[in-house]
Amino acid sequence: MNDMTQPELMHGHHGPAQGITRWLYTTNHKDIGTLYLWFSFAMFLIGGCMALVIRSELFQPGLQLVQPEFFNQMTTMHGLIMVFGAVMPAFVGLANWMIPLMVGAPDMALPRMNNLGFWILPFAFAMLLSTLLMEGGGPNFGWTFYAPLSTTYAPPSVTFFIFSVHMMGISSIMGAINVIATILNMRAPGMTMMKMPLFVWTWLITAFLLIAVMPVLAGVITMMLMDIHFGTSFFDAGGGGDPVLFQHLFWFFGHPEVYIMILPAFGIISHIVPTFSRKRLFGYASMVYATASIALLSFVVWAHHMFTVGLPLAGELFFMYSTMLIAVPTGVKVFNWVSTMFRGAISFETPMLFAIGFIVLFTIGGFSGLMLAISPADFQYHDTYFVVAHFHYVLVPGAVFSIIAGAYYWLPKWTGHMYNERLGQWHFWLSMIGVNLTFFPMHFIGLAGMPRRIPDYALQFADFNMIASIGGFMFGFSQLLFLYIVIKCIKGGEKAEAKPWEGAEGLEWQVASPAPYHTFAQPPRID
Amino acid sequence: MDTLRDIGGRPHAQGLPCKAFVLLLWAPPSISFADWELNMPVGVTEISESVYSLHMTIFWICVVIALIVFGIMFWSIFHHRKSKGAKPAEFHESTTVEIIWTIIPLLILVGMAVPATATLRQMYDTSEAEVDIQITGYQWKWRYQYLNEEIDFFSNLSTPKEQIQNQAEKTDTYLLEVDNPLVLPVGKKVRFLLTSNDVIHSWWIPDFAVKKDAIPGFINEAWTKIDKPGTYRGQCAELCGKDHGFMPIVVVAMNDNDYSAWVAQQQAAKQAKAASAEKEWTLAELMTKGEQVYNTACAACHQANGMGIPGAFPALKGSVMATQDKAAHINIVLNGKAGTAMAAYGGQFDAVDLAAVITYERNAWGNDTKEMVTPQEIKQARGQ
Ligand code: HEC
Ligand SMILES: [Cu+2]
Repeated sequence: MNDMTQPELMHGHHGPAQGITRWLYTTNHKDIGTLYLWFSFAMFLIGGCMALVIRSELFQPGLQLVQPEFFNQMTTMHGLIMVFGAVMPAFVGLANWMIPLMVGAPDMALPRMNNLGFWILPFAFAMLLSTLLMEGGGPNFGWTFYAPLSTTYAPPSVTFFIFSVHMMGISSIMGAINVIATILNMRAPGMTMMKMPLFVWTWLITAFLLIAVMPVLAGVITMMLMDIHFGTSFFDAGGGGDPVLFQHLFWFFGHPEVYIMILPAFGIISHIVPTFSRKRLFGYASMVYATASIALLSFVVWAHHMFTVGLPLAGELFFMYSTMLIAVPTGVKVFNWVSTMFRGAISFETPMLFAIGFIVLFTIGGFSGLMLAISPADFQYHDTYFVVAHFHYVLVPGAVFSIIAGAYYWLPKWTGHMYNERLGQWHFWLSMIGVNLTFFPMHFIGLAGMPRRIPDYALQFADFNMIASIGGFMFGFSQLLFLYIVIKCIKGGEKAEAKPWEGAEGLEWQVASPAPYHTFAQPPRID
Repeated sequence: MDTLRDIGGRPHAQGLPCKAFVLLLWAPPSISFADWELNMPVGVTEISESVYSLHMTIFWICVVIALIVFGIMFWSIFHHRKSKGAKPAEFHESTTVEIIWTIIPLLILVGMAVPATATLRQMYDTSEAEVDIQITGYQWKWRYQYLNEEIDFFSNLSTPKEQIQNQAEKTDTYLLEVDNPLVLPVGKKVRFLLTSNDVIHSWWIPDFAVKKDAIPGFINEAWTKIDKPGTYRGQCAELCGKDHGFMPIVVVAMNDNDYSAWVAQQQAAKQAKAASAEKEWTLAELMTKGEQVYNTACAACHQANGMGIPGAFPALKGSVMATQDKAAHINIVLNGKAGTAMAAYGGQFDAVDLAAVITYERNAWGNDTKEMVTPQEIKQARGQ
């Protein structure tokens, strides 16, 4: 290990530039990773405020705080910002920071494109947010923006929405190309594919998914643009088009997109669980195969979001069967994590708590997903709060918990300090209780018949809505504690060793904490 | 809430064990048991019952798997913790185990797919219906056309604005009540033909387990056969713009005799209405009628005070069209404006209602043209 840190020491004098230009011009994977992570956290807070507007309006029946027009803008923006602004950039940030460290590379393969990929995002989101101030308001057609509500019937700001989604897509594709180029070309000698850490594997597969489906999203929004401004009728039955075509295209992007948001999470959890169980990951190879099969299956399940549009019976059956099939590889992953913990020597530091929270609650989200796959039953679940409960379970205690777990896990490596463990535990328990109070009751109101995306509701849904709103505020404000813990950890704290976790394995723990500005100028050897 | 249940006639499953648990945790003393609706309704059709049983089967399968997986996990958490001096084992793979836990879920899924396929095939069999109803979604109301009986009407939310704005007490059917419910016979197979006039809507009655999208330019089919007379309530399930939350669906199911009587009554009313187009209307009469039509059909966009919503829906108060150009005014209301949210109302209302609403717009809110648009003028404009 000692000789591995030598090159870094020699490079130590070559530190970051000073001031704002460090961040504007940086091509350093660690700086860019940091930028992505902070950007994503800012978006998480903005999208979270929108969620709290929604939950406040739904606290009681009747219209109190906002009017329906604005409510629809909030649901739309909340979804777009959380998906494209919070979750995806957070994973890209983690990839930037950790993939070079994990494969023993000095940086990402394409550092300048890396810089561009990040700096597109603030402009894209500034434009998206500015639509809220435009005449007619911002996008109000849901984050799934079904035509013709998003074309013929959309507010004028839809054009800006299209432009900003194009920019986000370009940024994602650049990020994905970079990840693939880095992983395929820059692994340390001796690191064969089947020796790659799982976070690297899951990101490699995610990056291929991104490259496959982002162009489809770009295509579908370009078709919208043509319909709105250039007189085509792709989605307008009056001109020979088909509104359902929009949904097929959108979900051909949209379903792989949900795996884009969860596969890297699987990777993170597969690092944390073995570390704190002090036992090797159970079934490494089957984890890789399961991830790959989930990714492949994700291309043939898209119409399960469209069971009520009037698909032919054969289509309905095909998409029901293929969707049910996804439960198998997903189950394999959960079983593997549990077997890793089984007969380990487990300790419960904050990353592990979030990882356990992830496994339990993501699995609950998986169960409701299995229920939704049963097409006849989906006629009752579709577009109700049951669906809202389902995808929030896989995205909040799923994707978001994994990001938080990863942040705690790698904070010592990033900052050189240990975070405050006591506060971390508080953060976990507040988040855990808040998230369940918010989203568990949504299963009930959905089954009882409350449609999603409504600003006001019938009286029998009142009590659970009130509980969900209280939970929402609790979860939201707990995240400020997270902000405090992270800032405190950056500023100081107990000194972190190169390998702060007893059971941790991997190259990232062989460099000093905090990781020097340049690492692995000489590739390490893996045998 | 018990009253709502009686009106709705919705038998609900009370079976979930967690209900008691939830109640223990959260029930404030003032809230009655029925408020805590936890599960899907069993419903009142054969299909809704099979859907319910599929739902419960898959639910219990998930519960059993969850108990096993989480059971092992929490057992490890308690017994294999470092603080208790646990020493980690060495194993990290087993092909046999991996194969077993791939095959078993696969078999469970096949077992689940069989009954689901059967129910789905039944849902898709729309043949041999005795009553055909075309359902059209509009922003933000439903239109019901009985294809054989030549009955045709709109169904609008009837909850008063004051209740929504919290100025009046909310009643039990808050947001789930309409002016004209869809009336159906029990025991007969009813086929629905769904379409839309503008954006995509979705017609949903939980008690029938019928949910189908209403898509502009296309016709979807669904069917139901109701077992019990009663009133059944649902809502539009697909985001369709501003008042998506305010376009409920109410179905009143009647036995055969009542249903025939209702059909006869509707047809008589239709004839009386046709006759009224011939009579001489006064400005005051048209204004009163026009205000009604305006508030149900136009106020959602143009607002009750005629001011519209800037950037989305134009103001009619003081607009050039509503104060000067009468022909253009009649034209836009009859034919709508392609590519905008302004729909063609010529096919939605009869001549009297159209004349009344246009007269109203030309005289309300200080527009004061003192001009009257008569049903005859509308008929003429339609003739062109
Ligand atoms: C779904 C929303 C919506 C509803 C409901 C609606 N309108 Fe409109 N209306 C519009 C829009 C949007 C326009 C602007 C069309 C354009 O771009 O010129 C418009 C324009 C008009 C205009 C022309 C205004 C002007 O000065 O140019 C008149 C008159 C009008 N509507 C009357 C009615 C009447 C009468 C009704 C009810 C029977 C009605 N509208 C219902 C959305 C609506
Ligand atoms: Cu609707």
